[in-house]
Amino acid sequence: MSPDYGTYQTFADANQWLAIWPEISYGVLALLLLALEVIFPKLKHALVPRVALFGQAVLLILLATRIGSVPEVSAFGDILQFSAFGNIMRVFFAACALCTSFVAGIYLKRNQLPRVEFYHILLVVAAAFMLLVQSGHFVMLFVALETVTISLYILVSYSRNSTASLEAGFKYLIQGALSSAILLFGIVLLYGTAGNPLLEGTATDPLAFSDIGHFLALNSHNYVAIIGALMVLAGVCFKIAAVPFHVWVGDVYQGAPTPVTALLAVASKASGFIVLLALVMGPFEPLMYITKPLLSTLAVLTILVGNISGVGQKNVKRVMGMSGIAHAGYLLIGVVAYMSGVDMAIHAIIFYLFVYMLASFGVFSVMAHVSREDDSIMMLEDYGDLLKDNPFLGTVLSIGLGSLAGIPPLAGFIGKLLIFIAAFKAGLYVLLGFAILGVVISISYYFGWIKAAVFRNPEVDPIHSTLYIPSRSMRIFMTVVTLLTVVIGLYQGVVSVLL
Amino acid sequence: MFLTDIDMGLSIVGISLKMGLNGISMALYLLASVVGLAAGLYAIFSKVENKHWYVSLLLVMQAGLMGVFSSVDIFFFYFFHEFALIPTFIMIGIWGGRERRYAAMEMTIYLTAGAMISLLGIIALYAQSGLNSFDMITLKMYLTAHPLGEIVQNNIFALLLIGFGILVSLFPFHSWAPRGYAAAPASAAMLHAGVLKKFGLYGLVQIAAPLLPLGVAHYGSTILWLALGNVILIGLITMTQTDLKRMLGYSSVMHMGYAFMGVATFSAVGIGGAVMLMFAHGLSVALLFLLADCIGRRTETDEMPSMGGLFGKTPILCGFFVAATMASVGLPGFANFWGEFSLFVSIWHAHPGFAVGAVLGIIISAIYGLRAVARIFYGDQGETVSDKEISDLSLAERLPAIVLFIALIAVGIFPRLISDDVNKAVSATYPQAQVVEIAPASVVNPTHTADHES
Repeated sequence: MSPDYGTYQTFADANQWLAIWPEISYGVLALLLLALEVIFPKLKHALVPRVALFGQAVLLILLATRIGSVPEVSAFGDILQFSAFGNIMRVFFAACALCTSFVAGIYLKRNQLPRVEFYHILLVVAAAFMLLVQSGHFVMLFVALETVTISLYILVSYSRNSTASLEAGFKYLIQGALSSAILLFGIVLLYGTAGNPLLEGTATDPLAFSDIGHFLALNSHNYVAIIGALMVLAGVCFKIAAVPFHVWVGDVYQGAPTPVTALLAVASKASGFIVLLALVMGPFEPLMYITKPLLSTLAVLTILVGNISGVGQKNVKRVMGMSGIAHAGYLLIGVVAYMSGVDMAIHAIIFYLFVYMLASFGVFSVMAHVSREDDSIMMLEDYGDLLKDNPFLGTVLSIGLGSLAGIPPLAGFIGKLLIFIAAFKAGLYVLLGFAILGVVISISYYFGWIKAAVFRNPEVDPIHSTLYIPSRSMRIFMTVVTLLTVVIGLYQGVVSVLL
Repeated sequence: MFLTDIDMGLSIVGISLKMGLNGISMALYLLASVVGLAAGLYAIFSKVENKHWYVSLLLVMQAGLMGVFSSVDIFFFYFFHEFALIPTFIMIGIWGGRERRYAAMEMTIYLTAGAMISLLGIIALYAQSGLNSFDMITLKMYLTAHPLGEIVQNNIFALLLIGFGILVSLFPFHSWAPRGYAAAPASAAMLHAGVLKKFGLYGLVQIAAPLLPLGVAHYGSTILWLALGNVILIGLITMTQTDLKRMLGYSSVMHMGYAFMGVATFSAVGIGGAVMLMFAHGLSVALLFLLADCIGRRTETDEMPSMGGLFGKTPILCGFFVAATMASVGLPGFANFWGEFSLFVSIWHAHPGFAVGAVLGIIISAIYGLRAVARIFYGDQGETVSDKEISDLSLAERLPAIVLFIALIAVGIFPRLISDDVNKAVSATYPQAQVVEIAPASVVNPTHTADHES
């Protein structure tokens, strides 16, 4: 046998394909949808969404039951890192994709858009999200990130007849490309310095997280490396929409189709946070003397800008965008607390992401039902008398918004509580002060929306917008999401795996 | 005694659902159940739209109230408060009167700010103790043995004082109260002004003061001055009100000043008196809001100058209203008397100057109370009264009024019904403060109490 064969053998052994069965399954499911469209062209409208939903539900359940089983393997030369934490995030993205599919169901049907491609891309994005948060190597990180971003460009401009959607897609493309370029440039700088044989601790693989971490520990004041790391972080901050990398949020959230807005607001933001955590506590840990004050400042700015721009905002999607920015600020406090050595902060962040997902999808699914032809121009007034016209939608909306606002006894409150406790343990009193200020400001726009939907205003005639009566499956979905929001708020034992 | 201790899944941060009562919480628990009964009775016989929703929200609120006073875990103490607060906002927003949308919004933002600040204080207390426990009793035992540093105590107490102060409408954080109560539907106003508002004071008495004695000492004079603002300034504002419900709102703000003064004296008499007054004021203000709603629905206005001469048409309503007004002024025979009396004794003992101001408050409250009675029930019949068919209180309205009235009288005549337990709990909670018999000794000889105390 030639020696080459042995090398390949080792490589092949290192590729533990089984360890990434969830991602592979999502890819297979995505391909299956395309195949079904070709095989059953007449049935595709009825069949494809059902297969997509059913397949995702099965995968979600499988993932949720195996949350504790971490494969003890190093796969693909350590470009992927498996952990219990990664398993939890897999469940998160699986749930996000499933929720998005539900919201998309009504949106695509109503706007008569092709469905197969949407579900296909969505599943690919889900798999890419999963790989992204488990990556341990900058090549993996970048490839996964680009898979997500490019798919999202398509999804944002999916509604081809809507100028708002096209505009949003274009803006997202420009700014997303810019952020990718910054990120890539940062990676290159890191690669160049860490691979420099003249420097101490030069890395054998200057793109692997562990090697870069080792290098930075020895060269924590190397300016080029610092600039590289900061550029990488800037690219990630674009994902989580932290101020000042938030300018795209308003227009893109407003123009994108509602399910895509939801995906951007929840999954994209969450993946950004997980990557941020992995970076600042992984390879960039030696740079904490810079990253910690930097992220603290960003947290304050993000909370203030997000909440203040939310006040007076009348367009519901923009309200969700601004609220999403504010939530990124609260989460950044959690990140800073974790960097200060408070271990429970990571649980707080994960918990927060889950409850944020539940609340957001509750609100977005109502938004998909309350709408006119173009749902990018829906205003708060369009929700007038929603509770009276459709008590079910009104209740789901109020509970979702209440949870986003962090009102007890809803799950969002527990999320904020855990973040606050972590911040207190880390001694971040100034950040906490701003967080409290932000929460109080945020009441005005969340409650303003609830006020529009629930409290009748006799002086103003409500604009009765077209209400789509939720189908039975949507009803079940919305009930589950809302009930979970309430139940997790009251009894956290159901999600003890997160704590 | 513990009734329950259930792990709700947050044991990672030391939170578990512990419920139990001591003498202080027992009194307020009792208050919650009596006022809740009255408010519920009034609600189920009233004619509101979507009554099933209205009553179920009221029950949620009631559940929260019972939870607040029976929680031993500080987190759940806060949690149940919010649990009761949210229905209040919704009820004001949907079933409220004038300016309800504005009032609901204002109250929500204001009270959320207060709640958030007190939450910060609570978390600070938890984090600084280093115990990883929110259990009131554990914290108390630990912090008595290992008190926090003075600056830490002061800062945490300041947070709790501002947070709780907003929730109890301590001057100058009171502006939400009159408008909110004027807009709130009757049962919600009864439960909020009568019971829920006592949350902040209860928190001060049960948590902040015993755990942070140095903080109380540091901010004692600040509290006294602010509370004097409640009594005198708000008292004067109350006198100028012509709107009945708004006047009641202001008067309930004013009476909270006495209780704050009692806490600031940091003596067993003062704190016991504050608890007694909370109990009695809860009953009397609930009764007043109930009657104000009865009056408002009959005259279709809340403006007192346009009423008048109602006595001829509704003698029973008038009787209840006079009794409730007298109770709230602090006439002997009603429960309020004991609370106010022990408060005056303690304030006189600690700060004679403030006692003068407090007694002045009694005169003010007598003036506006009696003037309201005169404007509504006596004199010539106003235009809103004369040309209408007005009937006296129906049985459905009498029933809740009687419940509250009996409770006021019963505690007024036998204060020992609750004062013994309050006394015991206060002396157990505040070993540092000197224990004095609250009510019974002062029945016989008021000066005796003061002498004995010195």
